[in-house]
Amino acid sequence: MAVQVAEPPTAGESAQQAFKPDLERIEIELLLEGVFRHYGFDFRAYAYASIRRRLWKRIEEEGLSSVSALQERVLHEPAIMEKLLLDLSINVTAMFRDPNFYQTFREHVIPLLRTYPFIRIWHAGCSTGEEVYSMAILLREEGLYDRTRIYATDINEVVLQRAKAGIFPLERMQEYTDNYMRAGGKKSFSEYYTAKYGGALFDQSLTKNVVFSQHNLVTDHSFSEFNVILCRNVLIYFDKTLQSKVHSLFYDSLATFGVLVLGSKETLRFMAHEDAYQQIAPPEKIFRKVK
Amino acid sequence: MPYSVVAIGTSWGGLAALTTLLGGLPADFSIPVVVVQHRSHDSERLLSQLLQDATDLRVCEIEDKDPLTPGTVHLAPANYHVLIEQGYASLTVEEPVRFSRPSIDVMLTSASDTYGAGVIGVVLTGANEDGARGLAQIVKRGGRALVQDPKTAEIPIMPLAAIRAVPTAEVLPLDALVSRLIVLSADKVKVGAGGVQ
Repeated sequence: MAVQVAEPPTAGESAQQAFKPDLERIEIELLLEGVFRHYGFDFRAYAYASIRRRLWKRIEEEGLSSVSALQERVLHEPAIMEKLLLDLSINVTAMFRDPNFYQTFREHVIPLLRTYPFIRIWHAGCSTGEEVYSMAILLREEGLYDRTRIYATDINEVVLQRAKAGIFPLERMQEYTDNYMRAGGKKSFSEYYTAKYGGALFDQSLTKNVVFSQHNLVTDHSFSEFNVILCRNVLIYFDKTLQSKVHSLFYDSLATFGVLVLGSKETLRFMAHEDAYQQIAPPEKIFRKVK
Repeated sequence: MPYSVVAIGTSWGGLAALTTLLGGLPADFSIPVVVVQHRSHDSERLLSQLLQDATDLRVCEIEDKDPLTPGTVHLAPANYHVLIEQGYASLTVEEPVRFSRPSIDVMLTSASDTYGAGVIGVVLTGANEDGARGLAQIVKRGGRALVQDPKTAEIPIMPLAAIRAVPTAEVLPLDALVSRLIVLSADKVKVGAGGVQ
C-alpha cells in the first residue's frame, strides 16, 4: 500500500499552458462525485491537497495528462478504480507506533480502566492491525485483556483480512522490539510471535477478544458504547467538516468518562463537542469525555 | 495581493541557518512562514524551542489543519509530510519521498499548487537534493525562488541542486536573504503571473 509520489504533478502541463487551480478543483470534484455515484466510495470530503497528490500519482502511472482523462478511465474500467482505491487508502502503521503514547496510556488510562468490570474498546481505522495487536499485548501485560473486547474496524476489507491473519514482516521486528521496549513492555517481545509463513505470526490468543469488522466512518453510524476509542492519524485525511462530523460520531459512541485517543499531531480544536473533553497527560492526545 | 506564504526547506546545517534567517525577521513579518527541516523520527520539541529562542516570530510545530498565520513560523513535525492548503496546513503520514518525511519537495509543491505565484520558496543548506523539484514547481507557477549562496552554506549540496533546477533563482547569503524577504513582504504578487492570487 505504499503511496509514493516521486514527481511533482506536472505531466502534460505544457510551458505555455497556465496552471488553473480552480479548473483543476472542478475536475477533481467531478471525478470524486463520479466515483461516489458509480462505485459508492465516498472521498468527496477528504483533505484536498492529499487527494490531489494521490490522483496525480495515478494519472502519471497511467500515462495520462489530466484529471478529466483519469475520470474517463476510472468510470469505464473497474480495474483502474481498484488501483485508485489502493492509492487513496493510506495504510501506514507500525506496532507500538509512537512508544510514548503507549507509555502514557499505561500510566494514565490503565488505572481508569481497572475500575471497570468490563472494557469495550473501538479501534477506528485499524488498517492492517499492528496497533490492535499492540494494544492487546499491553492489556494482557496489565492483566486486563480477559475482561476487554476490542472492536477493530476499517473501511477496507483487504487490510482487515491481513489484520486477522496477524502475520507481519519479519524485517520490521527489530524496529517493533525497540518500540515495544520504549513503550514500557514487560516481557521479551519475541515471546509474542513465531517466525512462520515467511513472516512473524503473532500469538493468536491475542485476538480472541478482538472483533474485526468493516465500518465506514464517513457513512456508517455508531454501533455501540465504548470506554475507549482509538483513532490515530486517520482523520488527518478528512477535511475539517468531515472531521467534525466524525467527532460527533465518536462523542455519541463514548460512555461518560470514556477516553478518546487521537494521533500526536491531531487536535479537537473547532470540532464538535470540543468542550466536552479534557486532555489527560499532555502532550499525548488522550482526551476524557467529561460531559 | 501580497505573498501568501514563505516556504523554507533545509537539512544538514539547517538549525544554524534558520537561527540567522528567522532571527533577522521582525515580529510583525506579514507573511506566514512554513519550515521543513529534516530531522530524526523521534526528535521532539527541542528544535522548536531552539528556534523560538532565536526569533521574535512565534514558532509552533504544526498540528493537522493549523491555520497559517502572519507573524508565525509553522514548523513541520518529525515523521509527517506537510501539505499547504488554502489558509491552513494538513499533515499526512504517506510514504517518505526520496527517503524524507517530512519532504521539502512535497511541502513546496503543495504550496505552489495552492498559492501559485503567491509563494516564496527558500532552499538553505543541506546534504541531499530535496527541495530542488519543489522549487522548480514554484517558479513554474510564477512564484519566487531564493537559495542560500552555496559558498556560505554549511553543506552546499542542497543549494547547488536547487540552483541547477532553478537557474533563475536569487542566490544570496543568509543576511541578504533576510533583507530580501523583508522587502518582498511589502511587495505585491505580479498579476497574471499564473496561479491563484
